[in-house]
Amino acid sequence: MTDRLSETGFVPSQLSRRSLFALSGGVTLAGLAACTGTTAPAASGSAAAQGGQTITLGSGASDDVPKRAYQAVFDAYAKKSSNTVKVNTVPHNDFQNNINSYLQGSPDMAFTWFAGYRMRYYASKGLASPMDDAWAAVGSSFSDGLAKASTGDDGKKYLMPMYNYPWGFFFRKSVWAAKGYTVPTTFDALKTLCTKMKADGLIPIAFADKDGWPAMGTFDYLDMRLNGYQFHMDLCAHKESWDQKKVKDVFDNWKALLPFQDPNALGATWQEAAQTLGKSKSGMYLLGSFVTQQFTDATVLADIDFFPFPAMATEGMDAVEAPIDGIMLSSKGAGNAGAMDLMKFLGTPVAEDTYYSIDSSNLPVVKGADLSKLTVLNKKCADTIAGAKSISQFFDRDALPAMASNVMIPALQAFVKDGTVDTANLEAQAKSLYANQ
Amino acid sequence: MTTIAAPRARVQRARGRRRSHVLTASDKVTLGVMAGVPTLIQFVLIWAPMVLSILLSFMRWNGLRLSDIKSAGLTNYQFIVKDYPPFWPAVAHNIIWLLFLACVATPLGLLLAVLLDQQIRGSRLYQSIFFVPVMLSLPLIGIIWQLMYARNEGFINNVAGIANTSAAIDWFGNSSVNLWAALVAATWRHAGYIMVLYLAGLKGVDPSLREAAAVDGASASQTFFRVVFPAMKPINIVVVVITIIEALRAFDIVYIINRGTNGLELVGALVVQNLVGEGQVIGIGSALAVMLLVVSLVPITIYLSRVFGSED
Repeated sequence: MTDRLSETGFVPSQLSRRSLFALSGGVTLAGLAACTGTTAPAASGSAAAQGGQTITLGSGASDDVPKRAYQAVFDAYAKKSSNTVKVNTVPHNDFQNNINSYLQGSPDMAFTWFAGYRMRYYASKGLASPMDDAWAAVGSSFSDGLAKASTGDDGKKYLMPMYNYPWGFFFRKSVWAAKGYTVPTTFDALKTLCTKMKADGLIPIAFADKDGWPAMGTFDYLDMRLNGYQFHMDLCAHKESWDQKKVKDVFDNWKALLPFQDPNALGATWQEAAQTLGKSKSGMYLLGSFVTQQFTDATVLADIDFFPFPAMATEGMDAVEAPIDGIMLSSKGAGNAGAMDLMKFLGTPVAEDTYYSIDSSNLPVVKGADLSKLTVLNKKCADTIAGAKSISQFFDRDALPAMASNVMIPALQAFVKDGTVDTANLEAQAKSLYANQ
Repeated sequence: MTTIAAPRARVQRARGRRRSHVLTASDKVTLGVMAGVPTLIQFVLIWAPMVLSILLSFMRWNGLRLSDIKSAGLTNYQFIVKDYPPFWPAVAHNIIWLLFLACVATPLGLLLAVLLDQQIRGSRLYQSIFFVPVMLSLPLIGIIWQLMYARNEGFINNVAGIANTSAAIDWFGNSSVNLWAALVAATWRHAGYIMVLYLAGLKGVDPSLREAAAVDGASASQTFFRVVFPAMKPINIVVVVITIIEALRAFDIVYIINRGTNGLELVGALVVQNLVGEGQVIGIGSALAVMLLVVSLVPITIYLSRVFGSED
């Protein structure tokens, strides 16, 4: 009977059980298994640098325009060297949400990521590999601010910047000219302007916070202008306490601005708020320059102008919030000559010009990039960043991600709702979350 | 006699031995697989994650290396109860959710079932229509309700004539109404589910009961509440348990609206916020999950004891 069973392909229990265990275990314990440090040893490709190597790259740039822009860059690289780049694009929310297991599992050699705490964190955990060789070759074409932003806690370089974009106030020139508004350079002038706009029937500052993160931009700027760049960075890294007067002052000043921000912010996405600016219902919008993606009408787009966040107590307008996106090497890309060669290429003006030729909502960051093709608005944005003494990355990139998403989002939404915030509780939460890391 | 009986008995014994031998050989494998595989699946998919969650709720872990796990005692629980602002609103919202489902959504499902159980024309069509929400995928539900609730483009505000005015109600953004807006969406789904259960229940009620009630001169409502409804006791218990469990595990609708923030906090959504994505705090997420598990065990235990109790 057993003979017949095995003849007919009935596999004895041992085998099926083993394969089943592997199957079901693989499903549920994927996260855990990935944590046991089973990362494949770094594929050393010292011999492969000369040509014919395939470099794998995981990309979270899933939107059409950035995706095509990256592809154009990699095509240009493939033409120049004999290596090819195999891109594995994942929808960007999924990419970010799964980054822990992705980097611990079997990552691609290189991957798209951000500067800031998010970069330093994975670098310090050994999930990213340094690329000092590439920086030695092309590092001189980056500003000090960019170099600093690409450096991990151990002093090594972990990021090859591709582009950045500034946060600031965007407005319609025609509306401002018609009403005779002028660009405010101090916080008081900003408030005066807002009062005037409100009297003119405009929503002074377009605002949206349904998704929770856009309000962080207002917080970052108020904190940097009030307490300085270094304090803001230390607060983000929880080297400063949240329960102190300096932080309370930030919220007190924000409270003065709150009546001028769109009262319907909590139900709106940033795309919807951008429409109020496009339709001239609001006077200005504090957001990243990606806001211009929403203005598909060429005349509206040409009418958009930019000014940096006005000065408050300290450091004038020295600091600019300009998140940097770039490429990092995973643990699998460590010591891979082909991947390192790609990093070198990405740090060249050719690569950045190619990228900008398709995605013009982001700014090239490398010295020697062809700035003649930049639009007037982008030139202004680029000049603002170039003139900045320090560059912040946005709260959710400068701080612990859990602090940003679990603590700041609800806290800021509650603040936007009723103008109150419990800084003692923020500190209590920060203490617990940073201790968890 | 003996000379005949003995060999026969021997033959029977031999046959019996052979038969039992054959059965053991095949059954060991078959039974082993049939009992072992479900047990294994049960263990791997349910027991192991549950035990791990309980263990992790007493730990601090960043989710990376196993060596990073550190004991935390009860601090995760203390943090949730004392310092985590969304927790108590989430508990309150879960209770509101339960009351709303129990007092509005479930009775509505029962009403639909009773109405559609009559011999009305197109009953099947209506049944399908009311059941559709149960089958729709989550992103689709998100789009449908966005179309209903959007402030300026939404159906409700436009019908009320307040779209594009300052009086327009911000159904998802205003934290004093968004929970109710979400509950309406939840009811839309829950009622269809309950309806199907009760339709099956009503079909199972012996028609002679109704006839007897009619003969005794009971009115339609008396017949339903005093005869038919009590006769559906097994279904009623299932529905009560399903309603409680739906309220406890409610999460998906608020998650697609705004990820469960700003007035839409639910314990289930907090678990996901803390366990999934970059904002991962495994210890706290696990502790929240364990709290939810403990609460869920109450209705589950009652249900199981009822089910097995009635079998005895």
